[in-house]
Amino acid sequence: MAELLKVNNLSMHFRGLKAVQDFSASLAEHGIYGLIGTNGAGKTTVINMLSGVLKPTAGTIEFAGRDITAMRPDRIARLGILRTYQNLRLFRRMTALENVIIGAQMHHSYSDVDAVLTLPCFRVEEDEMRRVAREMLALMGIERYADERANSLPYGAQRKLEIARILAARPRLLLLDEPAAGMNPQESAELVEIIRRIRETFGLTILLIEHDMKVVMGLTEYIYVMATGQIIAEGKPDEVRKDQKVITAYLGRKRRDA
Amino acid sequence: MRLRDNHLFRLIIFVILPLIGLIVTSMNSGSYYSGLVHLFGINIILVASLNLVNGYSGMFSMGHAAFMAIGAYASAMLTLTADQKVFLMPALPDWLMHLTLPFPVTLLVAGVLASVTALLIGFPVLRFKGHYLSVATIGLIVIVRAVLDNEDQITNGARGVTGLPDYASTGIIFSVAILCLFVLYRLIHSSYGRGLIAMRDDWTAAQTLGVNLTTKKLSAFLISAFMAGMAGGLWGHMQSVISGKFFYIDTSFKIVETSIIGGMFSLSGAIVGSALMTFIPELLAPLETGITLFGVQLPELYGASNMILAAALILIIIFRRQGIMGYSEIITDSLFSRETYLSLFRPDQYSSLAKAIVTLPVRSWQSLKARWVGQKHKSL
Ligand SMILES: Nc1ncnc2c1ncn2[C@@H]1O[C@H](COP(=O)(O)OP(=O)(O)OP(=O)(O)O)[C@@H](O)[C@H]1O
Ligand SMILES: [Mg+2]
Repeated sequence: MAELLKVNNLSMHFRGLKAVQDFSASLAEHGIYGLIGTNGAGKTTVINMLSGVLKPTAGTIEFAGRDITAMRPDRIARLGILRTYQNLRLFRRMTALENVIIGAQMHHSYSDVDAVLTLPCFRVEEDEMRRVAREMLALMGIERYADERANSLPYGAQRKLEIARILAARPRLLLLDEPAAGMNPQESAELVEIIRRIRETFGLTILLIEHDMKVVMGLTEYIYVMATGQIIAEGKPDEVRKDQKVITAYLGRKRRDA
Repeated sequence: MRLRDNHLFRLIIFVILPLIGLIVTSMNSGSYYSGLVHLFGINIILVASLNLVNGYSGMFSMGHAAFMAIGAYASAMLTLTADQKVFLMPALPDWLMHLTLPFPVTLLVAGVLASVTALLIGFPVLRFKGHYLSVATIGLIVIVRAVLDNEDQITNGARGVTGLPDYASTGIIFSVAILCLFVLYRLIHSSYGRGLIAMRDDWTAAQTLGVNLTTKKLSAFLISAFMAGMAGGLWGHMQSVISGKFFYIDTSFKIVETSIIGGMFSLSGAIVGSALMTFIPELLAPLETGITLFGVQLPELYGASNMILAAALILIIIFRRQGIMGYSEIITDSLFSRETYLSLFRPDQYSSLAKAIVTLPVRSWQSLKARWVGQKHKSL
């Protein structure tokens, strides 16, 4: 399969702290990848760099053959890399639907003058955005919250809303930062199914950070394991599961693996 | 059905009555009362355009006085006759000296020049995160004042420019005001405005959803400055005298104050705030010269109206952060919705309005009772 994302020796240093050191990875189109590791291992920092929120201290990121290392986050998003946040960053005063419309409007084509004059092309596209947004809410199984304020949704629904929001922005690569955090076992099993389905529907590539080993092992095809800023192991779920370094650094301590 | 949900009611309250007020005003031009109404219209432009920056995009600009000044001088430069300019602005180049343009055109020039100035200070400042804009715009006010006071060959210095023609009629002031409100309203209800609001609520999330923060911030600032420039042009031709001291920090502060009191997250808030801040100080003015209240002669309270307004501002900041109108857009929603105007031809609107009025006393009594009972339950 064609390579979609290539990361070479990415490092992020915060003053003295080496949050990420020499992170290299290669994601093929249509794959689902896992990124796991202990608390503070540097997983979120990797996603921050891939989405342009943080500029790496060293290393390069190539997406679909383009160097995006120094690109602004909004341009990276327009290329199709979209992410969620571990600590949820919804537009809290807006309704669920409006949140998803922000995603849906990323590629809008009417001009501001069309909008001021309320031309037909503006109306048609606005209706289309609403339709897409509702569809994404339905896909995530949260359409009943469409007109409620984002911060009044149950926690699990807020997590799903973040995914609906980026799906509406026509992504190619999804970066999901602990999408099942705070969900009960039933909810996270549901989420696994939804993520599988959206990958098929949209032909997406997915990189996900997850603490819940059931989710990671059941869903991903290839896993990167980080500890203190570095990759300590990578491979298919079964290989990683047996890796001695991983067991001592992560699985052994957590004992969450089934 | 609540009264305020009735389109016909909205038409009467927000369109017909104000229109009657404006017609009466325009027939009494030159009166004390019409001057106030004109000021109200100009304030709407100033506050609504400021809300685009301070309310909808989450920046904080204090620069409106400077943009007004630029607009006022620019449009004066193009409406005064050559005879006046030779005397007041002797250093103008020849082509400008003899150039006079129709008033609406001069307002556009005023807006453009204000926007260019906004670009000059906005571009270096808005590329960075943080609240440098407020500091930079205060700096701008000081610089503009210094230029106006010292360039006396072009601005007649601190003496100011006098004799501006009285072009600022009720019609043109409120046409510009409605036009500005309409443009802002449409922008806010499109992808442009939603992007602005997203940026205000969480700029990181907005950015990773494709919002270009620099363009958004800069464009909002420019649009806002453009409208403030036009308002400045209108103000100058209403007062007929302009000088640096009218466009200083206190002027900006008053606009910011109005925006906060009315509600800076709402265009309707700009209208309500402007109304209060235009008319209430006039009602309070007699306090300053000493009035007789219930047979008691009050002493002269200099500065009383300013103090009362400042106290109102503090109370609003403590008890109602979002301002009087909060996030409600009832006035602009009504003004710019087809439903409002079509209700005139819909019989069901008349009957539901009649019903809503007839049942109003009962319903308000019930809701009052419900609230009171609810309160009692809570305290128990
Ligand atoms: N902006 C920042 N400034 C300074 N230090 C940071 C910053 N962001 C992260 N760090 C530090 O970098 C290290 C890695 O953090 P990161 O959030 O990437 O870990 P993580 O693997 O996502 O952990 P968790 O499982 O807790 O989410 C931590 O020690 C953290 O304190
Ligand atoms: Mg993390």
